[in-house]
Amino acid sequence: MPSVRNSLGLRAAALSLLIFVGIVAVWQVATMPTAGSGAAMDPEYAKLVGAAAAGGSKSAMPTPADIGATIFKHLSDPFYVRGSNDKGIGIQLAYSLGRVLLGFALAALVAVPFGFLIGMSPLVYRALDPFIQILKPVSPLAWMPLALYTIKDSAISSIFVIFICSIWPMLINTAFGVASVRREWLNVARTLEVGPLRTAFRVILPAAAPTIMTGMRISIGIAWLVIVAAEMLVGGTGIGYFVWNEWNNLSIANIVTAILLIGLVGLLLDQGLAWLTKLVTYPE
Amino acid sequence: MAHQARDLPGVGRLERPLISVEGLARRFGDSAQPAVFENIWFGVDRGEFVCLIGHSGCGKTTILNVLAGLDQPSEGAVIVDNREIDGPSLDRAVIFQGHALLPWLSVMGNIAFAVASRWPAWDRARVQGHARRFIDLVGLQGAEIKKPSQLSGGMKQRVGIARALSIEPKMLLMDEPFSALDALTRGMLQDEVLRICAATRQTVFMITHDVDEAILLADRIVLMTNGPGAKIAEIVVNTMPRNERHRNDLHRHPQYYAIRNHLVEFLVNRSRAFDQEIAGAGYDPRRVKLVKPGLAAVNPPAEIVPFRHTYLKTEDGRQQ
Repeated sequence: MPSVRNSLGLRAAALSLLIFVGIVAVWQVATMPTAGSGAAMDPEYAKLVGAAAAGGSKSAMPTPADIGATIFKHLSDPFYVRGSNDKGIGIQLAYSLGRVLLGFALAALVAVPFGFLIGMSPLVYRALDPFIQILKPVSPLAWMPLALYTIKDSAISSIFVIFICSIWPMLINTAFGVASVRREWLNVARTLEVGPLRTAFRVILPAAAPTIMTGMRISIGIAWLVIVAAEMLVGGTGIGYFVWNEWNNLSIANIVTAILLIGLVGLLLDQGLAWLTKLVTYPE
Repeated sequence: MAHQARDLPGVGRLERPLISVEGLARRFGDSAQPAVFENIWFGVDRGEFVCLIGHSGCGKTTILNVLAGLDQPSEGAVIVDNREIDGPSLDRAVIFQGHALLPWLSVMGNIAFAVASRWPAWDRARVQGHARRFIDLVGLQGAEIKKPSQLSGGMKQRVGIARALSIEPKMLLMDEPFSALDALTRGMLQDEVLRICAATRQTVFMITHDVDEAILLADRIVLMTNGPGAKIAEIVVNTMPRNERHRNDLHRHPQYYAIRNHLVEFLVNRSRAFDQEIAGAGYDPRRVKLVKPGLAAVNPPAEIVPFRHTYLKTEDGRQQ
């Protein structure tokens, strides 16, 4: 049995904990209230950040304990609705997640069949390559004005932005995966007189599946990055809007809570797709 | 991919062997390039085991791919069962050099995929039952649910053999099927192939560069010269009867060394200088010499039998 000292996993976990405690400690010290200098304060500013902070006796940055309390407050009631500008963080996350999943699913529906087509035909591959190369590096947010103008609906526009940003990695990976299916596997299908449709589904798709799934994993990561920015622009609902709203409220504790939750959801999305990728990966 | 082969007019059904390779040539690139091989003529009879031997680069694999329908010849044609082939067919099963199993499918999945391709109307149980027969035939009982990555090289090639046999093809095309295996496994699989071919009277065309493998398995051994412009030098008849060929005491057979030396001599010296050998002498690519070096050993002097009949062109050629 490996001892605690020898187990890499346990040692890494211990180090992680140490780093976490260290960060919290530094944070705590940095945000500790200091003796106020008693200098005259701007009443407007004091109203905004609180008397203690404005006076310099307390930082506007919340302490770890403040954050802990805020997180607890949010998580104990994540789905409340008190007016259009005051909704639980769970609801905001659900809005964002819904947009990401919808845009991502639509992108997959387009990218996988098209990627198949591009990968199967060297002609189409070459013909579409310049378009893909030019459109791929465009920030998805640059599409936003165009989407708002043509779609005239901010909710659908943000889904469109997710769609357009998730399509490229999936398209490119699908095309690459399909184009690089081993020739001998295709020859097996040919010598067995397997029809084109059956070859596509029984040979090419499983052979390219790990590459396609990797593209999906990249896509969902990008989509989750982009949704926050898109919702900041569009407003209304979503975790991006929540962050921007809390900035306007100057509630840094709420912003930090949102950052942590965005990271957590992103991690879950990534791990989910990593798990799916593992399911379709085959050792050679 | 339907058979688009056309019937050849004016050809009697009995005149051709099961596989007839007629005037095959293959060039890569434009037609000004020298052919890898050209003017290749030979036949494989039903139930016969034919090996093609030659150095790498002479286009052995290309010939097999043309036979399989995976490659197109630049000139010439392959006639199978009196029809010119035009693409791959379930009648011609291929055992690939690198086994070419689909790694995401199990042993059963790989073979069932082939069986279901052959008989699309069969239900799952029938497909699996049929596949299981061939898994048993190659001795892979108990490994049905294993993935190719969990199998040894020899077991993978067994699956490849079972997959090829499971579609009950008219002929088997093998491209150096044992070259990637260690000597012990190779020997075991050769025995297996010998046993299966004897039991099923399968027609086999196999490519190899292993002289002993050819002597053990083949009824006739086609010798190919070096490329570019490779041609068939002669065809060696394996005069050792099938029931006298056993891997372990092959070397004790009175004909063995005569055949082996003949093949080795060809590969080492003659395959390179064959053009000089035939310069001035009669060489007809359509009727290459049929030699029986094995008989020379048991009943000298050497008996060299022309393929069909002698012809007059020889004398003219010498005079020039």
